[in-house]
Amino acid sequence: MDNAFGQPQTIVVLGGTSEIGLAIAHQLLSPVTRHVVLACRDLVKGEQAAASLRGDGFEVSVAHFDGADTASHERVIGEIAERVGDLDVVVLAFGQLGHGEATGQDVAEAAALAHVNFTGAVSASVAVANRLRAQGHGTLVVLSSVAGERVRKANFVYGSTKAGLDGFAQGLGDSLVGTGARVLVVRPGFVHSQMTKGMPAAPFATTPDVVAQLTVKGLRAGRRTVWAPGILRVVFSVLRHLPGPVWRRLPLG
Amino acid sequence: MTRTTLTGWGRTNPSVAELVDVFRAELPDVLKEAGPRGALVRGLGRSYGDAAQNAGGLVLRLMGSATDAVLDRERAQVTVSAGASLDELLRYLVPRGFFVPVTPGTRFVTIGGAIASDIHGKNHHVDGSFGNHVVRMSLQLADGSVAELSRTQDPELFWATIGGMGLTGVVLDATVQLLPVETSRMAVDTYRIADLDRLMAVMDDGEDEAHRYSVAWIDLAAKGAQLGRSVLTRGDHARFDELPAKLQTDPLAYGPSQLVSVPPVIPRPGLLNHATVAAFNELWFRKAPKRKLGGIESISSFFHPLDMVGQWTRFYGRSGLVQYQLMVPFGQEEAMRRIVERVAASGTASFLAVLKRFGAGNEAPLSFPQPGWTLALDMPGGAPGLGSLLHALDEMVLEVGGRNYFAKDAHTSPETIRRGYPRLAEWQAVRRRADPHGVWQSDLGRRLRLAAED
Ligand SMILES: Cc1cc2nc3c(=O)[nH]c(=O)nc-3n(C[C@H](O)[C@H](O)[C@H](O)COP(=O)(O)OP(=O)(O)OC[C@H]3O[C@@H](n4cnc5c(N)ncnc54)[C@H](O)[C@@H]3O)c2cc1C
Ligand SMILES: NC(=O)c1ccc[n+]([C@@H]2O[C@H](COP(=O)([O-])OP(=O)(O)OC[C@H]3O[C@@H](n4cnc5c(N)ncnc54)[C@H](OP(=O)(O)O)[C@@H]3O)[C@@H](O)[C@H]2O)c1
Repeated sequence: MDNAFGQPQTIVVLGGTSEIGLAIAHQLLSPVTRHVVLACRDLVKGEQAAASLRGDGFEVSVAHFDGADTASHERVIGEIAERVGDLDVVVLAFGQLGHGEATGQDVAEAAALAHVNFTGAVSASVAVANRLRAQGHGTLVVLSSVAGERVRKANFVYGSTKAGLDGFAQGLGDSLVGTGARVLVVRPGFVHSQMTKGMPAAPFATTPDVVAQLTVKGLRAGRRTVWAPGILRVVFSVLRHLPGPVWRRLPLG
Repeated sequence: MTRTTLTGWGRTNPSVAELVDVFRAELPDVLKEAGPRGALVRGLGRSYGDAAQNAGGLVLRLMGSATDAVLDRERAQVTVSAGASLDELLRYLVPRGFFVPVTPGTRFVTIGGAIASDIHGKNHHVDGSFGNHVVRMSLQLADGSVAELSRTQDPELFWATIGGMGLTGVVLDATVQLLPVETSRMAVDTYRIADLDRLMAVMDDGEDEAHRYSVAWIDLAAKGAQLGRSVLTRGDHARFDELPAKLQTDPLAYGPSQLVSVPPVIPRPGLLNHATVAAFNELWFRKAPKRKLGGIESISSFFHPLDMVGQWTRFYGRSGLVQYQLMVPFGQEEAMRRIVERVAASGTASFLAVLKRFGAGNEAPLSFPQPGWTLALDMPGGAPGLGSLLHALDEMVLEVGGRNYFAKDAHTSPETIRRGYPRLAEWQAVRRRADPHGVWQSDLGRRLRLAAED
């Protein structure tokens, strides 16, 4: 159970090696934390991440989770809840960026990316939401992206999965009103992480820590969406309405 | 049955449960509906945190009122449904010349809630807590049967239910020892005291024992030399001959009323900030007489001043309020001083801080009061750094053998409770016998792992 300050006792990160996901978990640690579960596909990497998080008074564990294996999601999440009790905050952090326009021309790669980023995220979210609804409390944090706010040609497969996921997560959040469960949709801009390593930074680039701080602030304030950094909400309210020809020529990578 | 969002009085830890109004005869059937998230009885929701919530499970409101109360004048005892409120009971008892043995700072609590939290009042130093005055009770058990409990009939379960936070079953009715009174008025002595050290010295001077009721209000916005400046009140039920002539015509008249309600417009957080609270406290302190003896007050203005403003927690805005109540044993006055200093230095606006001396504790393993000092603080839930402040206070309290109060808790950890309540395991064993399948569950119980034997 969260306490009065929105300090959770159990934190689960789906995509448990994600830099942003880990930063959020780190930011949520408090004297009432009991369990952090890093659910990831690479257990060795997961153990390394767990070591970076460990501290006094709580347990960090690693569970196997593959975003693409939708048939396993309900079971994996059930097993985690069985072990650690009520899920207070679940961060859906897994996702792949793909290889830009090349992915958009490769049938198999495009389908695989869409499968993980959208279908897998939908499946895992539904499994989590069912748990939270039954327990009468808890929050699912969904890492969307500004890339879904208006999809760019440079990474349109990725962007479209985020657009779909964002819409799904908002709808899921609306459907959960009155159940005690909540969804927080987080829309980061360019974040310096493994995902963007070696890529030129976009305007308003930020760090996993800043995204985490804004996410936790949004969680405690009971918000439904968080932009990271906050200025991107304003920026995208303009970009969203640019005429197509102007949008296509913008130097956004 | 309806899925309802429930919070405590502080409005800080919401969760959703199936809320059901039940008559006692329906309980066995309703309990069959309890799923894996179990069931819990809720009183009037005056506990501040998540004690009266059960996320994802059943929450039962026990129907019952004081109209079926049976008064035994000879023994000065009343038998009353546990769903009745102290408000109703006082309206019934006071005109008949009796008073409840213990009243908290609000009369809008149920008898069941008073037993489950083993509540204390301004008379703890003399009379102990509510459980001390419970003669017998009947308890709805998880398996559908009803147990009759007293100091001689299953005393373990009797004491485990007192202070047991609803986790042993539903108290259905109870027989409570009363206090005969000659009038419905209080004779009150008021003292303004310059600082904390002097306050604790005065409260400890033996004079407290000469009065049934004693409590001090501390201005936590004052710092430095004024740290802990306070107003001490001591009172007793006024005798008939102490009343002015015009009150003697109807000495037991009792009709508390609610004056105003705070409108449901949620104010912006920040309305209650350090500056406004400091200004309010300054006024309150100045308004108190330096020393006034034998002032005559009504029961409601002496015991339940907050009840005059309905829904006053709305002043605290969206993020609600957090109450923190701690106790430290006698001999730890220095620790109490450090705690007060720490709160004052934090600049967290604390509107109300109340200091009181506890007398002897009772046999209930989870009863909060122990001989010593207790401090209760009201703070806006959204105050920056409040979480860290309270975790730090927990540590200061535990270090000197103190503990905090379940009925107020909304923040602490299972470890803190295990250190503060060394008899938890003993209580768990009794609870397991009464409820082997763990039907009775609450958010507080889950958060603090009260039933988890580790
Ligand atoms: C303004 C204010 C002042 C207060 N002052 C004091 C004070 O001076 N001293 C003090 O001790 N407390 C004080 N309190 C706290 C209050 O007295 C307790 O929280 C009390 O338990 C509330 O009773 P309730 O009926 O509202 O119970 P709820 O808050 O609804 O429930 C509290 C607990 O009681 C259990 N419970 C309720 N009914 C039953 C039943 N029939 N059988 C078994 N369990 C039951 C619930 O499961 C829950 O665990 C104050 C609260 C407020 C709001
Ligand atoms: N970085 C940015 O600029 C940015 C901007 C906006 C939104 N986001 C979103 O934020 C989230 C976290 O990204 P990040 O920046 O933290 O990058 P990251 O460190 O690369 O995290 C992405 C995570 O997804 C995991 N993953 C990928 N496919 C998976 C699968 N099939 N099953 C399980 N896990 C899988 C990865 O696991 P492995 O370690 O095993 O590869 C990795 O842990 C992503 O959803 C991303 O789209 C990122």
